[in-house]
Amino acid sequence: MDIDFTVHERAFRDEVRAYLRDHLPDEFAQRIAQGKRLSKDHQVQWMRTLNQQGWLAPGWPVEFGGTGWTEVQKHIFDEECFAAGAPKVVSFGLKMVAPVIIKFGTPEQKARFLPRILSCDDWWCQGYSEPGAGSDLSSLKTRAVREGEHYRVNGQKTWTTLAHYADWMFCLVRTDPEARQQQGISFLLIDMKTPGITVRPIITLDGEHEVNEVFFDNVRVPVANLVGQENQGWTCAKYLLTHERTSIGGIAQNKALLGRLKRIASQELRNGVPLIEEPMFRAQIAEVEIQLMAAEMSSLRTLAAVSGGGVPGAESSFLKIRGTEIRQAITYLISKAVGPYAMPFIEDELGYGEEPLLYTDYSSAATYQYLDARKASIYGGANEIQKNIIAKMILEL
Amino acid sequence: MDFKLNDEQLMLQDTVARLVRDTYGFEQREHFRQSEHGFSTAFMQQLADLGLCAVPFAEAYGGFGGSGVETMLIMTELGRGLCLEPFLHSVIFAGGLVSQLGTEAQKAELLPQLATGTLQMAVAVDEPQSHYQLHDVQTVAQPVAGGWTLNGRKSVVVAGQSAGLILVSARTGQGVRDEQGVSLFLLDPQARGVCRRAFATMDGRMACEVYLEDVFVDSSAILGEVGHALSALRYQQGRCIAAQCAEAVGSMEAACQLTHDYLKTRQQFGQPIGKFQALQHRMVDMRIELDQATSMTLLAACVADQQDSDQRNRVLAAAKFIVSRASRFVADQGIQLHGGIGLTWEYVLSHHAKHLLMVARQFGDDDHHLQAYARLLQVA
Repeated sequence: MDIDFTVHERAFRDEVRAYLRDHLPDEFAQRIAQGKRLSKDHQVQWMRTLNQQGWLAPGWPVEFGGTGWTEVQKHIFDEECFAAGAPKVVSFGLKMVAPVIIKFGTPEQKARFLPRILSCDDWWCQGYSEPGAGSDLSSLKTRAVREGEHYRVNGQKTWTTLAHYADWMFCLVRTDPEARQQQGISFLLIDMKTPGITVRPIITLDGEHEVNEVFFDNVRVPVANLVGQENQGWTCAKYLLTHERTSIGGIAQNKALLGRLKRIASQELRNGVPLIEEPMFRAQIAEVEIQLMAAEMSSLRTLAAVSGGGVPGAESSFLKIRGTEIRQAITYLISKAVGPYAMPFIEDELGYGEEPLLYTDYSSAATYQYLDARKASIYGGANEIQKNIIAKMILEL
Repeated sequence: MDFKLNDEQLMLQDTVARLVRDTYGFEQREHFRQSEHGFSTAFMQQLADLGLCAVPFAEAYGGFGGSGVETMLIMTELGRGLCLEPFLHSVIFAGGLVSQLGTEAQKAELLPQLATGTLQMAVAVDEPQSHYQLHDVQTVAQPVAGGWTLNGRKSVVVAGQSAGLILVSARTGQGVRDEQGVSLFLLDPQARGVCRRAFATMDGRMACEVYLEDVFVDSSAILGEVGHALSALRYQQGRCIAAQCAEAVGSMEAACQLTHDYLKTRQQFGQPIGKFQALQHRMVDMRIELDQATSMTLLAACVADQQDSDQRNRVLAAAKFIVSRASRFVADQGIQLHGGIGLTWEYVLSHHAKHLLMVARQFGDDDHHLQAYARLLQVA
């Protein structure tokens, strides 16, 4: 047993750090460090930069464009990217649908979709949740009826993140209404330009348009876009969710957020003293840093146990629960640290506005990030669902 | 980075686990608890005969030169069996202090005895006012011809009543809470002026208060340099924290297993109570706490024997914080999920609960270590 990084791992860290220093635009890093939003163009630009280096899809098998890194290397890479303020890689294509296509897709599907995901020519969105199917995902009702070489899709998806950017959606549809809930579901890839699809924005409590409702009115989808077997879509859906949950654990992201908290607490004063020197606030930072240290170790242990290309099963639920709780705790402290300047809601300061700042560049996004983090314990299966999964799969209760 | 145990470590783990399983059933434990010393001297001897007491010591003194990981493996199994023997206080704590501070003569005399189980030691560092602060020492050692005279009171010295030698911290200079001026003495508990009041602890061990009234100790009884024992005390307490975390993890694993089994068998409203979501989630919360505690225990074991540094001290404080909180959670929820049976003496869960609740009461509680961590917090 040795918890220190090897010489090789340390050299790898240096390599990543040097790369980021040379290739990450300052403007991106600054915006991320301040918790601000990034435009689609900027996100795509960064992902294409990573792709040129061959580092966009560390989780993929090498033959499809993966890096062949160990779990520890992936962890180091994430850590360095977040620490440097690199934009987060958008996961829907790279980390969600791609692993499913790689595992369950036909050779034609792999050849058609994977290169375009890597080159960022296709933006993907996730068609899982419906108005009546949230935590109880398998009660979904969006119907796909086979008509020759097509499915005719009718129904509605909701909470569809960045569907307004998307070229494609991976979508869970019901192909057998008679079968028991999880049996009659299929996994379809739907071109968002197909006639009959309507995307409507949902504005969230932070004023942002990130999620959408998506309506399907007699949308024709080629049978060639079915992934895996008809009525076996739940297998794909679950496989994808364990991937999603592991990355929602977000250790590296939480570390970067913690750094942001410390920087803010070093600048904000109380009684003329930096907040971080003030015992009560300092103890709260210390506590969340300790929690993060434990979560990081648990995450590394879990990944080590499955290394060799595997994916953690229900264990990923542990990581998701702790990771999201910690993210929420840190964003709460950030919001607390800026005092009354947590109150102003100036959207321009989060976007690309030109007006002078009301206070500081770090205060604009404080409450916004807190509110944004509330979703973390809801999506990817609410944390209560994760506990149900652990109870069933690990504890066998 | 590598989390795998090597073959020797796996064998060590298996040896201890088997020994504990074979000799430490709950009824035997009750028998040991009520015996003269409050633990089984025969079991302690077995540990020594298997070489386990020699694990942490240098080879030159009959040891195996084991690291924090080996200690962790042993302590986890001792915790699982709720073993009462003072392995932690005698072998790890006292033995560690002797190794770090002792003269060649002291090491050559004491370490082989600890390794072979012919000597049991204890460490007396707490005082009524000290509240886990190792530098808050009011016991005084005054220089006299040929040695020192000790006066003062030492609190809750675990296994002190059965110890052949007790290591006592005493002030040889400076003010009450000064970092300098703390010394360590090897005290023969039979010496004139030493009074021990023995008592049982909540978690089934034996401890004592030590009252020192004009106790003469020879000048050869000082361990380390006069007035400079504090950093070694802190360092060795750090090793104890790592070991104690492992003991707690063993106990938590047992408590979680008992609770898990109970949820599957106990019937209410016509079904096993484990079918109820409120109880399932609580059980999951226990497992999450255990998982976090296990991670920090591993980390602590890996730094325990490293050179003293802020990073080592941060990890140990963090580990103690996480494990103290987790221990209390598992104890409380383990009782709650069991209902009334969890509160009975005859059911082993209650003894795990008591042990887990006492984890925070030695070597500093969660507040103490959160404060310690906050002091060492890296600001940028």
